[in-house]
Amino acid sequence: MNKNSVAGNNSGESLKRALFDNKVIIMLVVLCFACILIADTNVSYIASEVFTRFGRNTCLVLALIIPCLAGLGMNFGIVIGATAAQIAIFWVVHWGFTGIFGFLLCVVLCTPLALVFGYLLGKLYNKTKGAEMITGLVLGFFADGLYRLFVLYIIGGVIPYDDPNLLDRGFGLRNAFDLTGNIKYALDDISFLTVLALVSILMILSTLAVSLHDKKKGNPMDSKKIGIRLVTGAAVLVFSFVARMIPITNQLFGGTRLIFTDAALFGGLGLILYGIMGFLIRRSKGEKGPGKAIGTAVLGGLLMAGTVIAPVREIYQSIQLPAAAYAVICIFCMFNNWITNTRLGQNMRTVGQSRSVATSAGINVDKTRIIATCISTVLAAWGQMIFLQNLGTFNTVQQQSNVGLYAVAAILVGGATVQKANNKQAVIGVFLFHTLFVVAPLAATKVVGDSAISEYIRMFISYGIIAVSLAMHAWKSAGGNKNKGADAQTAAAVAVTSGASDLPDSSS
Amino acid sequence: MTKEKFKKAIDVIGLPRLIVFCFFIAIIITAYVNGINVPSFFSSTIKYWGMWCVLVLAMIPTIKCGIGPNFGISLGIVCGILGTLLAIEFEITALVDGMVPGLGPWVAMLFAMVISAAVAWLVGIGYGKLLNLVKGSEMTVTTYIGYSVIYLMCIVWFRAPFSSGEIIWNLGGKGVRNSVSMESSFGNLLNDAFGFYIGGESGIYIPTGLILFCLLMCLVVHLYFKSKTGLAIAASGSNPTFARASGINVDKMRVKGIAMSTMLGAVGIVVYNQGFGFLQAYGAPLQMGFLCVASVLIGGATTTKATILHVIIGTFLYQGLIIFTPPVSNELLAGTDISDTMRQIIQNGVILYALAKAKGGSSHE
Amino acid sequence: METNYVLKMDNISKRYGESRVLKDVQLHVAAGEIHALMGENGAGKSTLMNVLFGMPVIHSTGGFEGTIEFAGERVDISSPQKAMELGIGMVHQEFMLIPGFTVVENIKLGREITTPTIASSVFGASLEKLDRSAMAADARKALDTIGLGIGEDQLVRGMPVGYMQFIEIAREIDKTGMKLLIFDEPTAVLTESEADRLLETMQLIASKGIAIIFITHRIDEVIRVSDSMTVLRDGSFVSRLTTKESTAAQIAELMIGRKVEKLVDDVGEDTRSIQDDDIMLRLTDFHVDMPGERVRGVDLTLRRGEILGIGGLAGQGKVGISNGILGLYPSRGTVELDGEKIDTAKLGEALKKRIAFVSEDRRGVGLLLEESIQENIAFTSMQIQNRFLKNYGPVKLMDKAGIRAHAQEMIEKLDIRCTGPDQYVGRLSGGNQQKVCLARALTMNPALLIVSEPTRGIDIGAKKLVLELLGKMNREQGMTIIMISSELNELRSLCDRIAIVSDGKLTGIFAPDASDAEYGMAMSGMKKGGETQ
Repeated sequence: MNKNSVAGNNSGESLKRALFDNKVIIMLVVLCFACILIADTNVSYIASEVFTRFGRNTCLVLALIIPCLAGLGMNFGIVIGATAAQIAIFWVVHWGFTGIFGFLLCVVLCTPLALVFGYLLGKLYNKTKGAEMITGLVLGFFADGLYRLFVLYIIGGVIPYDDPNLLDRGFGLRNAFDLTGNIKYALDDISFLTVLALVSILMILSTLAVSLHDKKKGNPMDSKKIGIRLVTGAAVLVFSFVARMIPITNQLFGGTRLIFTDAALFGGLGLILYGIMGFLIRRSKGEKGPGKAIGTAVLGGLLMAGTVIAPVREIYQSIQLPAAAYAVICIFCMFNNWITNTRLGQNMRTVGQSRSVATSAGINVDKTRIIATCISTVLAAWGQMIFLQNLGTFNTVQQQSNVGLYAVAAILVGGATVQKANNKQAVIGVFLFHTLFVVAPLAATKVVGDSAISEYIRMFISYGIIAVSLAMHAWKSAGGNKNKGADAQTAAAVAVTSGASDLPDSSS
Repeated sequence: MTKEKFKKAIDVIGLPRLIVFCFFIAIIITAYVNGINVPSFFSSTIKYWGMWCVLVLAMIPTIKCGIGPNFGISLGIVCGILGTLLAIEFEITALVDGMVPGLGPWVAMLFAMVISAAVAWLVGIGYGKLLNLVKGSEMTVTTYIGYSVIYLMCIVWFRAPFSSGEIIWNLGGKGVRNSVSMESSFGNLLNDAFGFYIGGESGIYIPTGLILFCLLMCLVVHLYFKSKTGLAIAASGSNPTFARASGINVDKMRVKGIAMSTMLGAVGIVVYNQGFGFLQAYGAPLQMGFLCVASVLIGGATTTKATILHVIIGTFLYQGLIIFTPPVSNELLAGTDISDTMRQIIQNGVILYALAKAKGGSSHE
Repeated sequence: METNYVLKMDNISKRYGESRVLKDVQLHVAAGEIHALMGENGAGKSTLMNVLFGMPVIHSTGGFEGTIEFAGERVDISSPQKAMELGIGMVHQEFMLIPGFTVVENIKLGREITTPTIASSVFGASLEKLDRSAMAADARKALDTIGLGIGEDQLVRGMPVGYMQFIEIAREIDKTGMKLLIFDEPTAVLTESEADRLLETMQLIASKGIAIIFITHRIDEVIRVSDSMTVLRDGSFVSRLTTKESTAAQIAELMIGRKVEKLVDDVGEDTRSIQDDDIMLRLTDFHVDMPGERVRGVDLTLRRGEILGIGGLAGQGKVGISNGILGLYPSRGTVELDGEKIDTAKLGEALKKRIAFVSEDRRGVGLLLEESIQENIAFTSMQIQNRFLKNYGPVKLMDKAGIRAHAQEMIEKLDIRCTGPDQYVGRLSGGNQQKVCLARALTMNPALLIVSEPTRGIDIGAKKLVLELLGKMNREQGMTIIMISSELNELRSLCDRIAIVSDGKLTGIFAPDASDAEYGMAMSGMKKGGETQ
């Protein structure tokens, strides 16, 4: 009886609810705008900075989603994944591999290392159930210590390593590790057309492989779908080659960066076409109303409109997108989605919701948690690779230290909680967090008149965000079962059982 | 059979504690063999033991009241820094010295302690109430609150309206400088009080005043936990339902424990600063919380049980290790200082071990 | 012509260490029948079901004796998975549902339908893709079978408990080859109309040829739906009855009846004179919100000088009464001591009015296991009455000498076997721990002593000592006592009157020598009766 009134189409009520549900995001947006106004600085600068940071950081943030599903909370332990990436870089650079090949070699090398680290971390998490977050944090510091030992004393000392990066004393690396000339921008410099070609080839191959596989296994097949995919793939492939021949398209899409103006122009066009097509399909099916399709088309139109409005165009023009890095972000997102739609993903979600129910359903809880941790660590290692190739030079000893902090703060800003996180929250979170990260110090400097305060502001924002959202989350879950004081993970399961005995009073 | 016993013994003592202890002994022997001036480093160890003792002591109330080691001791620390800065700002030393010569530093220190303890008490009560809302995740929440408070205060220190020339930046303007000298207020006051050498000038220096003060604080805490309230706090920590069945408001007791811990943190940093001779605001106290937690754990405490003896032993072992490692590693590793790395590994390793021991590995629940 | 039994368990015996919890029990269930399994707490119902389900707790403690025949074949059920494969399902008393999942996801939990993909061919079956539409179709079918008209893609969170129970059932039905379904106290958490629905559903399921074992203590439900029943008592098989040929009173008597062993030898001469109008404690419309032991409106009076027993099955609310009076769980209604109202919302209020309490959860609530005997004994009195404190100058500290002397006295008085007042209570045996709890309660000089499950988990010798001690306290010092226990025998050997609680309500107050049938009916909530005040 209560349900109807809640579900009822009271628009005021639902608006209120939407506002409340997104309170963190709204707060952050307001804060960002306030800072931009106070800072009174060049918006183009902020925009280009934010988009660069987005390409650099998002993969690391996406690495947090799977452990969150599996009930491990925010995995501060991704620091060790980042460590694996850095160790791989030391050797690949030392061996003299450069460019995209060097980059891929790093990725290949850091993967097994990250798997081992992830396995150990998962084991540790299994020993500290209910306290994973503090464990991950302390483990990060602990691993920092070991890593420092490795970088400063073992490299060149115990393990032979003959390289100009070595300190004069004969062992230990210099403080800054320069990637210029070897793997800096190795990924970012791949042109949009190459990315298109690669993606389309991948699409054609995977479609073929999947259909062959399905045929062998006797799975039902949708030949129309396969056809559409193959044709689209082929068309995109052809376009990517033809576009190279035509000077204008080659100029637009063949460079190392994609200018946002062009991306907006063609992306917007694509969105409009997509929207109109969707609308027509809906019509042909006899469904009423414009649906989402119109929204898509309008969005496309707005994007395109920006290219002709001078001030917006100026901002557009300043944003340079590394196509390959953004493509990898998409792939990470797709991977996260794909995992949740497998049996493994379902098991992880079950474990994350209630370990006891999972056990009784025959799921190996400990193993599932270890797998989740391993995946997260490997993704973090790859994410750190993307981060470092963009950064170009990194602090040998400390670069990884704050990886967990910034990633967690970002995803929490996007509206994720300790128990729930998804790709959308990660993406929104990275945008908001890094906007704030860029503008807050500017605003503060403007107010105080001294730029030395920036670092304090940034650290306060990061830690403050985490402290507040962790406290709010713990408050909510502790409130559900005051008498028991059980940990957050079991709260859901307890709620069922205590809710069960509640009923005779409440439902009568 | 003996293997079993051996295993059990290790379990009782705790592996990291054993390693740290053996390591410490090994380092002292190495130092002695390599002709390093052991007595002078022993003097430093004792001095640093005294400087850290009260801060580490602040872990006791929170462990006893059941929320685990107080990673958020930074709250107390910033209160202590505030108190000290106020004592310097008001030039209490000079003021009182003008009336009764020699009494100035003592009054200034007392002033700093009382002010910071009072502020810390209030802060602690608010903090305790917050922690009552987040039962079950106290350690994570305290850690991040601790960190964010440090950086919040960084912003505050940067623009705090102090006027004393001792505090503000050399070039004038507002804000607290990076490192404020305590010489004119009460720097080294306790360290120098009744201090003497064992075995002449090159022997071991005993900072009697500092040691006495630390022991006094230990005694106060010990007695507090023999009082009605103290016993109620301890019972609330070790068995909350038992405490409730004896008519005790567990939440209230937790708040008291946390407030007490915050106060000890405030007094502790005053003691630390006077021994250090300088006051460092800003990021300096950032990792102090972890260091305190690790110290008490090395001494034999767990996340649910701690005694004063654990504090005394743990602080001594840990500080000894930190002080003896640089010269030894300098000697052995051709002029490099491995101590900071060692510190990081040991400190966090010990905390990890305690966490893994505290929570069972059951896949149910 | 022999009946076609789907399950035959014969000569089942099980020991946990020294104690025998099952002795030559048999359980026969025919296909398509609803078979009730009845007995008090501790009669062996759950152990028997654990044996049937191959639970690890059975096999890790040395297995069991006897044979199990399922669907005509000797089977060795070594794990719950094996039981499930055979077609044995269980609807748990505590729901194994995940609130954040949809109905489909819950029904198919751990048994998701998947299709192989390339990734799964390379990396293993766990990467097979979920076939959500097939899962939804299966779930819909199961829901339709039991007539539950909810959307299969709804979240379980926020659903009424009755629905959750039905989702659990749908999950079991959905398993292929289900032959035997166990319902463990399924109606305990349901409202009356929901319970009706459930019973009908059970009949529906049985009509499809699935056998049902129905574990319950509610005799009226058993009479309504079951075809036959097995009654257990003290781990032994009592009888297998056909429901049509039995009466409620007969069933009740079979459940309770036992040889009356004398638990208490001598508690001294009874010189008390108990006045019916000298009321010490009065509960009016008393509700307690204690999870698992809810009290739903109890009116009870206690006469000065008597020992009042409160009995009933576990989970029915008898323990809730004492915890409510002490203010450990939220309550409403009034509690009056000597005509004065006690504010139960204020923790410690009852203690201040000299009501002492010995908790049923000795190790969890009753003791500080890592503290010494003396501190345990003195603690409550120190906190509530400010005793055992000594002035040292301006500060008041624990009076160690005083506490020690008092503890010594108590150790002698209650005959606590220990190395001295300094010993940790965690090291004591259960009986001695119980004595420490009693010593702490007595240190309060209570006007009213409430002891909850005083003999739980202690051996027979210690049991007798504890009970005699309570008796002596009552006879010699005139202490009024409320004794709460699951063991009826124990209550009957000591109490003046025994109140029976079922479903959070009082179902009767009896004299100790009332008949077994009367007690049995009251415990299963059948009727109000017995001697009223």
